Amino acid sequence: MTTGTEQITAAEIETAEAGQNESFEGVQADTDKHTDATEHHHGPAKGISRWFFTTNHKDIGSMYLWFSLVMFMVGGCMALMVRTELFQPGLQFIQPDFFNQMTTMHGLIMVFGAVMPAFVGLANWMIPMMVGAPDMALPRLNNWSFWILPFAFSIMLMTLFMEGGGPNFGWTFYAPLSTTFAPPSVTYFIFAVHMMGISSIMGAINVIVTILNMRAPGMDMMKLPLFVWTWLITAFLLILVMPILAGVVTMMLMDIHFGTSFFNAAGGGDPVLFQHIFWFFGHPEVYIMILPAFGIVSEIIPTFARKKLFGYSSMVYATSSIAFLSFIVWAHHMFTVGMPLAGELFFMFATMLIAVPTGVKVFNWVATMFRGSMTFETPMLFALAFVVLFSIGGFSGLMLAIAPADFQYHDTYFVVAHFHYVLVPGSIFSIMAAAYYWLPKWTGNYYDEKMGKIHFWLSFIGINITFFPMHFVGLAGMPRRVPDYALQFADFNAVSTVGAFLFGFSQLLFIYNVVCCIRKKNQASKQVWEGAYGLEWTLPSPAPYHSFTKPPKVD
Amino acid sequence: MDSQTQEYQEYYVPTQSYFPIVASVSLFCLAFGAASVLTAVENTGDMGMIMLFTGFILLFFVIISWFTKVAAESRDGLYSAQMDVSFRWGMGWFISSEVMFFAAFFGALFYIRVFSVPWLGGEGDKGVSNMLWEGFVSQWPLMTTPDPSLFKGPAQVVDPWHIPLLNTILLISSSLTLTLSHKALKLNNRTWTSIWLAVTVVLGAVFLYYQVLEYHEAYTELGLTLSAGVYGSTFFILTGFHGLHVTIGTIMLLCILVRVLEGEFTGKKHFAFEAVAWYWHFVDVVWVGLFIFVYIL
Ligand code: HEM
Ligand SMILES: [Cu+2]
Repeated sequence: MTTGTEQITAAEIETAEAGQNESFEGVQADTDKHTDATEHHHGPAKGISRWFFTTNHKDIGSMYLWFSLVMFMVGGCMALMVRTELFQPGLQFIQPDFFNQMTTMHGLIMVFGAVMPAFVGLANWMIPMMVGAPDMALPRLNNWSFWILPFAFSIMLMTLFMEGGGPNFGWTFYAPLSTTFAPPSVTYFIFAVHMMGISSIMGAINVIVTILNMRAPGMDMMKLPLFVWTWLITAFLLILVMPILAGVVTMMLMDIHFGTSFFNAAGGGDPVLFQHIFWFFGHPEVYIMILPAFGIVSEIIPTFARKKLFGYSSMVYATSSIAFLSFIVWAHHMFTVGMPLAGELFFMFATMLIAVPTGVKVFNWVATMFRGSMTFETPMLFALAFVVLFSIGGFSGLMLAIAPADFQYHDTYFVVAHFHYVLVPGSIFSIMAAAYYWLPKWTGNYYDEKMGKIHFWLSFIGINITFFPMHFVGLAGMPRRVPDYALQFADFNAVSTVGAFLFGFSQLLFIYNVVCCIRKKNQASKQVWEGAYGLEWTLPSPAPYHSFTKPPKVD
Repeated sequence: MDSQTQEYQEYYVPTQSYFPIVASVSLFCLAFGAASVLTAVENTGDMGMIMLFTGFILLFFVIISWFTKVAAESRDGLYSAQMDVSFRWGMGWFISSEVMFFAAFFGALFYIRVFSVPWLGGEGDKGVSNMLWEGFVSQWPLMTTPDPSLFKGPAQVVDPWHIPLLNTILLISSSLTLTLSHKALKLNNRTWTSIWLAVTVVLGAVFLYYQVLEYHEAYTELGLTLSAGVYGSTFFILTGFHGLHVTIGTIMLLCILVRVLEGEFTGKKHFAFEAVAWYWHFVDVVWVGLFIFVYIL
């Protein structure tokens, strides 16, 4: 076959199609019939009401994805403001209080507005197609989960224009910064968080029910695509920890307005209690942002290596153990806060244990590629970068997990480097990879491969220029969440800022590419990618409005 | 899964629906309204009240019409057996998330009792914190807070062997009566279904009455308030959210009772009944936890 740098044409694909997706018996005939039938009866409604009232998993998935893209841009602009201020030591661009609002909002928007909704959007689009279901299990609830988000985030963004400014206490909103010393708008923030929580919980319920109850006959649990598996486990995490977040913001609300003293030692409470509860939510939360990414990469690498995924069941077990471990490591964020020694030790070792299942995964991805006939289309490039750069983030995580060493690293730019390596080239790259990978299935057209590659390389270079130097300034002692810093950090910070702008503006290429892909006709085949395997590739491109009204048979 | 291999009843995917968007608008109004009322900067209080009110109206409207619609769809036979399973899983996981919500508050209670209060009193690993308020003695119930000028501790706490014990008996028997009602429904014995269900509702309402009484006493006689230090905080947040759940549960039971009286549900098909019953048992279990860890110990 082609070396991959060229666009793979529809004709080439058609010839390759005979192979792997045959095992889905009778699917083609069935679905074709159904598209005919459904197109007449209930295709999408006309006009704007389609989006407000829809119950269709594809519509809702698209809305999630667009919403997340908008939030990614908004949060990105905030990050660029932060980076601009940090270009040079001293204060020149924004005031410290506004700087704090920008870092806080950037974090909150990226976590709850960009990464999580993007994954939910992908889940909505892909899970019903992957398990052979007609739609998500609870379609109206599904639409509600989505529509809460724009409202929640408008409240969140409105706080920026309120008296006293928006949240300025960091995305972790530690008490008493977020209680006693918070701006009045914190109350709005609390209710916005409640709304997001409701949305996430309902979304997660929908995912679980769809996966457990809507699989086509023969689609056993151990045949599920890994993206479905990782999302199933993510959804469990969501259901278990989002209520904890709701609980902790409720306690904040009570402390602020109703005179309780949960986080106030004067009344017998403890600010450290806040941190415990927050991180009991927070650490599983970071896995909520990475497990679906693992799933995506496990879909893409086999496709472009043209080999089956190495160690499928070990992937499933590794994901489950990561999810379990993520509940017993939370206090690794609190080594310096003053915990009993036994606590420090326990959380240190438990955290290090996570490296084992994570290592299994990285090993499996590499083994999948070993002696495969690889091509390097854009999704594959992003997936490969994911494997390498996420591992860097994992290793810095291991360094941070060493309690005595963390006394030095904590609250420095080293931590910032760590979590950006897992979140940007981790979660964000996987989302990009997924978008490129499934765009032809969604829109029916191929995107512009060359532009995709340029986008990849600019992002790849931009990200490393931005975040790699942060390791150095962090180890040298530069604290995080500061608008000004000592002179010796100036050079690396200037470099970081340049990288950030490069990364930020390259994303415009992505948007342009997506829009063109929707508009321009460059007809994609059913199979789309030569090596792709799974039920979604048995549907025509673009996928019909209703996927499997009658479940296909899977052998 | 296997049941599908034979004749497959199409999974019902509802057509367009305005419930979700209205429900979202209502949540927006509630959230924004509540926040405005609480912060009340620059007369936003009034606007907040209006929004809060609008939010409640909308929510009420959506809940009623959404559930009416679901009931109608169920009556029209649109729901397959597979759909029924979806509802069951959905309700089950919803209750799990509620369990975790309470877990946050129970966790806070345990942490405070086992760690933070003893540390402040100079005991244990982090006993150095005693330097903050020297002379503060750790005790539970926390009658004297570290800084009584800010948080005046309660004069007395609720005696578990009066109202709380009575309430425990009430709730546990309500779980029993609800089970009896369910049994009767399965046997298509509608009279006893309604009777036991009505008894359950009454037990729930009486529970709530005593809960209000207890709160009233706590505030007026015992000096046990939200601001009475961390004992009051944990006491009210746990019992308060539980009480809220009992209220919701009672209302839901009442709705189910009305539907039973209208002749809905059959011995085989009555998921709405079961869902509410699960919820009620869950609320009951939480109460047992409260009775033990908040009142007795
Ligand atoms: C090998 C796996 C990992 C290990 C051992 C690890 C370890 C750690 C540790 C010890 C910290 C606390 C550092 C400090 O504050 O001093 C930390 C912070 C953080 N980690 Fe990880 N981590 C891992 C994977 C991840 C993943 C997969 C994500 C997200 C996708 C993530 C996101 C974060 C974030 C957001 C923070 C910073 C939180 C804050 O203080 O604002 N980590 N990590
Ligand atoms: Cu963590």
